[in-house]
Amino acid sequence: MKILVSVKRVVDANVAVRVKADNTGIDLANVKMAINPFDEIAVEAAVRLKEAGAASEVLAVSMGAKSCQETLRTALAMGADRAILVESDIELQPLAIAKLLRSIIEKEQPDMVILGKQAIDDDNNQTGQMLAALLGWGQGTFASDIEIKDGRIDVTREIDGGVETLGLKLPAVITTDLRLNEPRYVKLPNIMKAKKKPLDITTPQELGVDPAPRLKTVNVEEPPKRSGGIKVADVAELVDKLRNEARVI
Amino acid sequence: MNVLVIAEHDNTALRPSTLNTVTAASQLGEVVVLVAGYECQAVVDEIAVVKGVTRVLLSDDIAYANGLAEPLAELVAGIGAGYSHLLAPAGTFGKNLMPRVAALLDVAQVSEITGIVDADTFKRPIYAGSAIATVHSSDAIKVLTVRSTVFDAAGSGTDQAPVEPLDAAQAPDVSAFVSRELTQSDRPDLTTARVVVSGGRGLGSRENFAMLEALADKLGGAIGASRAAVDAGYVSNDCQVGQTGKIVAPDIYFAIGMSGAIQHLAGMKESKVIVAINKDEDAPIFEVADYGLVADLLEAVPALNEALNN
Repeated sequence: MKILVSVKRVVDANVAVRVKADNTGIDLANVKMAINPFDEIAVEAAVRLKEAGAASEVLAVSMGAKSCQETLRTALAMGADRAILVESDIELQPLAIAKLLRSIIEKEQPDMVILGKQAIDDDNNQTGQMLAALLGWGQGTFASDIEIKDGRIDVTREIDGGVETLGLKLPAVITTDLRLNEPRYVKLPNIMKAKKKPLDITTPQELGVDPAPRLKTVNVEEPPKRSGGIKVADVAELVDKLRNEARVI
Repeated sequence: MNVLVIAEHDNTALRPSTLNTVTAASQLGEVVVLVAGYECQAVVDEIAVVKGVTRVLLSDDIAYANGLAEPLAELVAGIGAGYSHLLAPAGTFGKNLMPRVAALLDVAQVSEITGIVDADTFKRPIYAGSAIATVHSSDAIKVLTVRSTVFDAAGSGTDQAPVEPLDAAQAPDVSAFVSRELTQSDRPDLTTARVVVSGGRGLGSRENFAMLEALADKLGGAIGASRAAVDAGYVSNDCQVGQTGKIVAPDIYFAIGMSGAIQHLAGMKESKVIVAINKDEDAPIFEVADYGLVADLLEAVPALNEALNN
């Protein structure tokens, strides 16, 4: 079985981002970048399936600027076998990314695609579902557990009130939630080995996809600031304030 | 042109977030609601009298019994071209379904909108709410998921909207429901509770977390948690509040033993009153709290429980 995983290069989760002074976007100059945490979980899931003998090959795909090669090298160091970068300087939105992935999938014929459920920059949570729609495949989103059975996969999903399990025919699309696994730390020898693994570069044009954005960001602003309140001295004062000032209890 | 709201429900009752979505939809046009389910007449009765709903489409079929995205998306996409906007609440149901609908219609989706500027332009949080983006869609059909905490719930009236049957759509047979385990709780639903008592890693153990349950029960509240508390196993996954968990905006939010990471604040900073209890006076949570108490929670929470008895 062949597994395709997609990885996105995003601002590191620990960075406090700033809105640009001209309100056109987020200031990304000299900001630490990293693999999207949910995509890291996706790579880990695929590599574990390979290590367990359930998969024979793990292909990692990323899209965007040349610098996304670093993100792909991270995936390769974690255990992916090869990588493809779809290089593009224009902003790629989820529908375009889903179409680009479909084009690669038609060529590569994976049995399963694993993606992060959302990227922590734009928080869209769309690409996996869109890809499944374009392919006509089943989707197991927000997965907290996966189990491969004969020709199908059982996906346990995190839903608002608890969890549910779906049985999907393969091939299928899975998107990862936080607790599917805990990604491994990459060891230095694996980072060295990853440098020698194949990384191919293609473009939207070569894949026959028009990547033009459908949504235009017209403004990015700081959220309204919540003004800090007061410190209370003790529990008695807290209860007094809640009862007599805020009147909420 | 009419706008279509996809009702979220469990075949017996409407999820309240659907009512907030109706309010958002009312700003865009005449609201038609689709109820797709199985033996779900009770849901139809509930939604048909909601103010602003002009028509209800009912597709009652076993294929829709468990809210699977694959058949539902075909149904919604099949009628989608007749509407200017398709909306669903941004819970796990809508997040799972709507991008699939958008792709079938070859249009973009605008996720988790928090504001409507005009029929083509919407506000939404990005970077865990660190910024608010205003985005303009050039697509003929706008597919939107709606953050329910920022729109009021539509009320009920006495007028009954007409109900029209809708045939089930053809769909690929690629997914099947196996089982569902819902967290059993007598407490109110986290996303709609008036009071939320939330704990972080500072609780230190599952046993200590029980103190928060006592507080929540005293106030008729729901239990929430930071990611750290969930990861530590103090409480179940579906209690997580934040960027990748639930978005809440209760009248009062207790943040106890948590630092206030940006990813957590993203899920609760719209709460009306925030109370923080933490022994670290420099914890970022105090920057958003209306009332902060610097104290050891192991003493403060029992004292608070005691004080509320009086």
